[in-house]
Amino acid sequence: MKAFYWLFMAVALWGATAHAKLNVVATTPDLGAIAREIGGDRIDLTVLARPTEDPHFVDAKPSFIVKLNRADALLEGGAELESGWLRPLIEGARNPRLAQGEPGRIVCSEGIHLLEIPAELDRSKGDVHALGNPHFMTDPQNGKIVAQHVAEAFCRLDKKSCDYYRANLERLTLQLDQKMIEWQRLMEPHQGKRVVTYHNFWLYFSERFGLKMDLYLEPKPGIPPSPSHLAEVMRTMTSEKVRVIAVQPYLNRRIAETVASHTGATVVDLQSFPNGSKGGGSYIEWMDSLVKSLAAALKK
Amino acid sequence: MKLLKYFGCSAILMSAAMLQAQDAAEVEQLKKKLQQLQEQFEKAQNEHQKQMKALMQQIDGLQQKQSSLTADQQQLKDQMSQPMADAAKASSLEKGRWRPSDPISLLQRDSSYLNLSLSGLFAAGGSTANDLSSLQLGGHDPSQRGFTVQNVEAVFEGAVDPYFRGQANTIFFIDRDGETVVELEEAYLESLSLPWNLQLKAGQYYTEFGRHNPTHPHAWAFVDIPLVNGRFLGPDGLRNPGARLSWLMPTPFYSELFLGVQNSHGETAFSFRSGEGHGHEGESEGLPFAFRENENDRGVRNLDDLLLAPRYAVSFDLTDTQTLLLGASGAFGPNSSGESGNNDTQIYGADLTWKWRSSRHQGGFPFVTWQTEGMLRNYRAGSFDWDEEGDLGDADGNGFPDEGVLVDASTGLPAAFSRETLTDYGFYSQVLYGFRKGWVAGLRFDFVTGSRGDYEKLPLILADNAGGGASAGRDLLRRERWRFSPNLTWYPSEFSKVRLQYNYDDRRDIGVDHSVWLQLEFLLGSHAAHKF
Repeated sequence: MKAFYWLFMAVALWGATAHAKLNVVATTPDLGAIAREIGGDRIDLTVLARPTEDPHFVDAKPSFIVKLNRADALLEGGAELESGWLRPLIEGARNPRLAQGEPGRIVCSEGIHLLEIPAELDRSKGDVHALGNPHFMTDPQNGKIVAQHVAEAFCRLDKKSCDYYRANLERLTLQLDQKMIEWQRLMEPHQGKRVVTYHNFWLYFSERFGLKMDLYLEPKPGIPPSPSHLAEVMRTMTSEKVRVIAVQPYLNRRIAETVASHTGATVVDLQSFPNGSKGGGSYIEWMDSLVKSLAAALKK
Repeated sequence: MKLLKYFGCSAILMSAAMLQAQDAAEVEQLKKKLQQLQEQFEKAQNEHQKQMKALMQQIDGLQQKQSSLTADQQQLKDQMSQPMADAAKASSLEKGRWRPSDPISLLQRDSSYLNLSLSGLFAAGGSTANDLSSLQLGGHDPSQRGFTVQNVEAVFEGAVDPYFRGQANTIFFIDRDGETVVELEEAYLESLSLPWNLQLKAGQYYTEFGRHNPTHPHAWAFVDIPLVNGRFLGPDGLRNPGARLSWLMPTPFYSELFLGVQNSHGETAFSFRSGEGHGHEGESEGLPFAFRENENDRGVRNLDDLLLAPRYAVSFDLTDTQTLLLGASGAFGPNSSGESGNNDTQIYGADLTWKWRSSRHQGGFPFVTWQTEGMLRNYRAGSFDWDEEGDLGDADGNGFPDEGVLVDASTGLPAAFSRETLTDYGFYSQVLYGFRKGWVAGLRFDFVTGSRGDYEKLPLILADNAGGGASAGRDLLRRERWRFSPNLTWYPSEFSKVRLQYNYDDRRDIGVDHSVWLQLEFLLGSHAAHKF
C-alpha cells in the first residue's frame, strides 16, 4: 500500500515538474494549426473538435473536462462558435487559468473585424450569430492576426520562450505574405464569380479573394434545404451560369451532387479545417488546397 | 583627274560606309542601352509594385491590428466614439458590451449580465387508462386526456462575480384542476475558483443521482419520466435545498466524486421525510405507500437526519467517436414512515451511458446513445397501527370500523404493522438514434417491482363502515410493472421540437394500457449548451 502511495506521489511530482511545456488546448483545428506554428515544440497541443465535424455541435465529452482542467491556455474562436458545447466543459474543468480575462484564455475573435453582425436578433431568420460570422479563419489575413494574438498570449504565459514564439510568428507572417501574392494571382481571373455553398462558412475567404460565395443550399442558417429553395438556387445557377458548388466534409454531399447534376456544375470538396483528410496539416497547406481546388474548379 | 574623282568618290563612299558602319554600331549600342534601361525600368517598376503590395498588406495588417487592441482599449475606443455614433447605431449590436444604462434586451451571453430563456413544453393525447394520474408518475408528465401544459420554464443564469455562477429555474404549469402552479425548480450558486479541483454548489438543486434525475423536462428524451425515477425519486425528481461538493480527481481519464447534503423533508424529498406529501396523488388513489400514513416527522436533530447523496462518475473515450460514462449514486436519509422511530431509506443507483457520434456529423447528427439506469431502494417502514385513536377505528360509534380504515380480517381489528424493510428495484434502458439531421427515433424499456412485504401477506380489508369491505390486495405503489415506449422526435431547429410517443403499459393486478402523446416545445432566448 505504501509502495502505491510513493508511486502515486512520484507520478504526481513528475507530472508537476517534467511538464515545462505549455499545455495548450484549442477548440478547433484551424486555431490548433496556428498554435502549432507559433508554439512549435515548446507546447503540448490538444485540439478538441475533429477537422471533419460540425464545429458548432461538438460532443461535450467528459474527457475534454480533464484536458481543460490541466491546460495552461485555451484557444477558442469566440463569437458564439463554440457556444453549444464549450461552457459546461469549462465550468466542469474548474481551471482558474482559463477564467475569463486570464492570459490563458485566448479568445481568437478578439481583434478580428467580424462581418455580418445582425442589426436585430430574430431567429425567424434562422440561427443567427449575434456577434457576427465566426468562421473568420478562412481569410489568411485573419490567420495572421490570430497568429500575432497567440504569440503575444504565449509570451505572457511563457516569458522564457518569448523570442522563440516571436521568431515563429515572423516566419509564419512572412510565409503567409509570400503565399498571399500567389493565392491572389490564382484567384485574379475569377473575380466576382459566384460559388454555391451549403452554409455561410466561407464569407471571409470570399471577401478576401473577390469571390461571391453567397448562394446557399440551406434556405436560412441552420435550416435544412427544402425542395422549393433548391429549385430557386438551381434557377439562379442556370441564369447566372454558376459552375461550382463547394461542400464541406460534414455536409450532405448527395444534395450538392443532385443540384450539380441538374445544372451541370461541379462539386468541389473544401476542407473546413486544416488536418482534414485531404487538405494538408498546416494552416498554409490548408489555405493552399482551398485556393487551388477552387481555382481549378472555376477554370473549368 | 578622273582617278582623283574616283578616289574621292570612293573615299567619300568609303567614309560614308564607314560612317554608316559607325552609325549602325552606335545605334546598336543605343538600342542595347535602351533595352537595358527598359529592363531596368521594368525591374524597378516590378519592385515598386511589389513594395506597394507589401505596403498595402502592411497597412491592411496594421488596420486590423488596430482593431486587435485589447478589450479595454477597445472599450475605451468605443466610449470615445460613442458620442459621435448616432442613436440608431447605438441600438445596433456593433457596440458589443452592454452597459447598465442600456435597456435590458435579452441577448446571448457576452452581451448582458444575465442570460434569460423561456421554454414551453406542451402535450396532447390520450390513454386507455382511466386512472391516468396514477399511470403517469411524473409531476410534469402529460397526465390527462386532451391537452397538458407540462412545463413552462424560465431560466435566469449568469456569472455572479469572479467566484460564482448563479442559476435559477422557475417553472409554471397548469395542474389538472386548471390551477397555475409555480415551482422553484432550481436556484443555486456554483463556485468557479475553488482550489484542489473542488467545486461547490449551494441552494436549491437537483440531486446528482444517476442520469435522469438532474435533467430538466425540456431536455428529456421522452415525454414522461422513467418508472424507477417516478417510484424512487418522486414525481418532481429528488431536489431540495442543500450543498454539494465535487472533486475532479487527478486521474488520466475523467472521474469525479460528488457529495451532497440536502434537507430530507418536503414534497420533493420523496422516499424520505416527505410526510403527507409522500402519498402523492400518483399511483395511490386509495391506500398510502406501505399502507402506513407518514406521520413520523421527527425533524432534524443531527447530521443523520439530513439527506446524503454521494456519486462517483467515470468516463472513457472508447474510440474517437464513442464515449462511455459510468456512474454509481446513492441517496441516504431518514423517512417519515409510521408513527415513530428512526426509520431510514437507502437508494442505490448505477448508470451507463454510451454514445456514438459520427466524425462527420452535421448539427450533431447522426448519433446513437444508449442509456441505462438501475436503482434499488431499501425502505425501512415504521410501525403503524390503524387504530390510531384507540377507538378500534370506529369514530362514528356504529360498531363497525369506519370507511377507509384497514382491517386485518384474521382478527377483525384495525391492522397493526410492525417495522420492516421493503426492497424495491427496477431499471430503464433507452436507445436514441439520430438518423438524420433533426430526426431522432427513441425506444425505452421500463421495469420496476418490489419484494412482497410482510404487510402484504396479511388478509387486509378496506372497511366500508358496514362490517364489510373490499380486499386491499397488494400494494400497488410497489407492484410489478413494465412499460415499452417507442417515440419519434423532429427538431425543426435547435429551438423547437415535435415528439410523438406511444406507451405500452403493463401493471400487474391492473392490466394493460395504451397511451399516445404528442409533444410540442419552443425555446426563446439563450440556448444553454448541451452537456454530455
